[in-house]
Amino acid sequence: MIYPEPIFRPMGDRALLVETGDRVDPSVNRKVRELFAALRQVPVEGVLDLVPAYRSLMIVFDPLRISLATLERQLLLLHESADPSELPQPKTIEVVVRYGGEEGPDLEWVARYHGLTPEEVIRLHTGTVYRIYMIGFSPGFPYMGELPDGLITPRRETPRVKVAQGSVAIAQNQTGIYPVSSPGGWQILGRTSLCLFDAHQWPPTPLEMGDFVKFTAV
Amino acid sequence: MKVVKALEILLPGPLTTVQDLGRYGFGCYGVPPSGAIDSFALRAANLVAGNTGGEACLEITLTGLKARILTDLVLAVTGGDLQPQWNGRPLSMWEGHSAKPGDILSFKGTKSGCRAYLSLGGGISLEPVLGSRSTNISSGFGGPEGRALQKGDILYSESPHLHLGRAGVSLDKDRIPHYGQEWSLRVLPGPQHEDFPGTAMGLFMSSSYAVTRQSDRTGIRLSGPPLHRSTGLAESIISEGVVPGAIQVPGDGQPIIILVETITGGYRKIATVISADLPLLGQMKPGDRVKFVEVSREAAFEALRISEELLRSIAQRT
Repeated sequence: MIYPEPIFRPMGDRALLVETGDRVDPSVNRKVRELFAALRQVPVEGVLDLVPAYRSLMIVFDPLRISLATLERQLLLLHESADPSELPQPKTIEVVVRYGGEEGPDLEWVARYHGLTPEEVIRLHTGTVYRIYMIGFSPGFPYMGELPDGLITPRRETPRVKVAQGSVAIAQNQTGIYPVSSPGGWQILGRTSLCLFDAHQWPPTPLEMGDFVKFTAV
Repeated sequence: MKVVKALEILLPGPLTTVQDLGRYGFGCYGVPPSGAIDSFALRAANLVAGNTGGEACLEITLTGLKARILTDLVLAVTGGDLQPQWNGRPLSMWEGHSAKPGDILSFKGTKSGCRAYLSLGGGISLEPVLGSRSTNISSGFGGPEGRALQKGDILYSESPHLHLGRAGVSLDKDRIPHYGQEWSLRVLPGPQHEDFPGTAMGLFMSSSYAVTRQSDRTGIRLSGPPLHRSTGLAESIISEGVVPGAIQVPGDGQPIIILVETITGGYRKIATVISADLPLLGQMKPGDRVKFVEVSREAAFEALRISEELLRSIAQRT
């Protein structure tokens, strides 16, 4: 559910979590995006960074420049006055994926787990348009949902020490893409050549929170 | 304004990176702050060398760096005592030293602490990436080419000759931090402290934890009495932002102190280290032991204020 008033959870003396709801849900996530957009529009003195996530916005601030009490007061005002119509129009991005084989080492396991053929798994994965709930874990990693019920799969029992850059993966009811080679515990279905993060471009990611992604098999 | 060759890396050591005070404002793209973990030592090194507090420096881990000076400049070494040497003789820390072309800077080995910071008067000239010269190694950007320093790297500095008068400026002896192997970190409870029963909180605040070898710039993994969440709660939580100093407790109950190379997480955080004590996290190494002390928000503010005043006093004396 969406909370009528956000729940504040301070994290130490320089961060505050603002929770907008109790679950992963488009309307709860939208409220986070509204607060995030409002804070970017009217910057608050002393706020250093904003990390929007599934159902919360983390605000990093300088406690010598703004007190927790003042920050919470400002946020309550913004929460009431945030105008949903001011959110930018989302884009839908097509991500081309090479499924299976060396680039999708878990495709067969996922298929067996669900009693499906690999082709059916690919059809299920490419058949839904996914919402990007947040970018996190590493620069450019998109957390997207939800997977169709028939594809809800646990993480790997043993995470991989090294997941290749561009790996397209699933875990529980979410799907994601690894922007760089890193350790990872998600099930790898395939790989894309799309560059997910470039620190020398603006914006540094082609995918943003609130956008939609459609996977296509090649 | 003249950018000149300042330093040549002869031996890089296990992990030496260019860091400044980190990059903020890009958390929504999953970009963590990076930056010097012991920000106090970095700022002090800069101020002593006549730089503004946030200039890029070298963060030197444990030991191993050997470098040749390429121009007349002033440098300072602060942070952990890795036994800095200048042309084979001990170099005093927390103090500006003038150096000339051909001088060799090296480190004999870790005596106390974990990370030393080397500043050059004139800073380290590099193109900032996303607002900072800090190196993000896992994603490969910032610093020189998004990686740790290697043998043969040349670092540049801007008008170092303007800083030559800084030789001899030093931090008051009684203000120099000393690092041991037993740490006491002040924390504020939460954000998910309510998910732990009173017994777990009591255990957390009264136990001593060991720093394990599985510790790096992403986090310090501790080992000790496991902290069990309240019954009926799932192991992980919905992913959310995290800051350095947040103490995560995954399913096995072994706490992890988050550092600077991650920005989101999916585990409960039982407590968070206060800002004034964050620099200490940069000096903890495997084998050290740590205890946690709960303080009030007011005490945390006061501690930060005092720390800032100390840094301001270095800047003013210059």
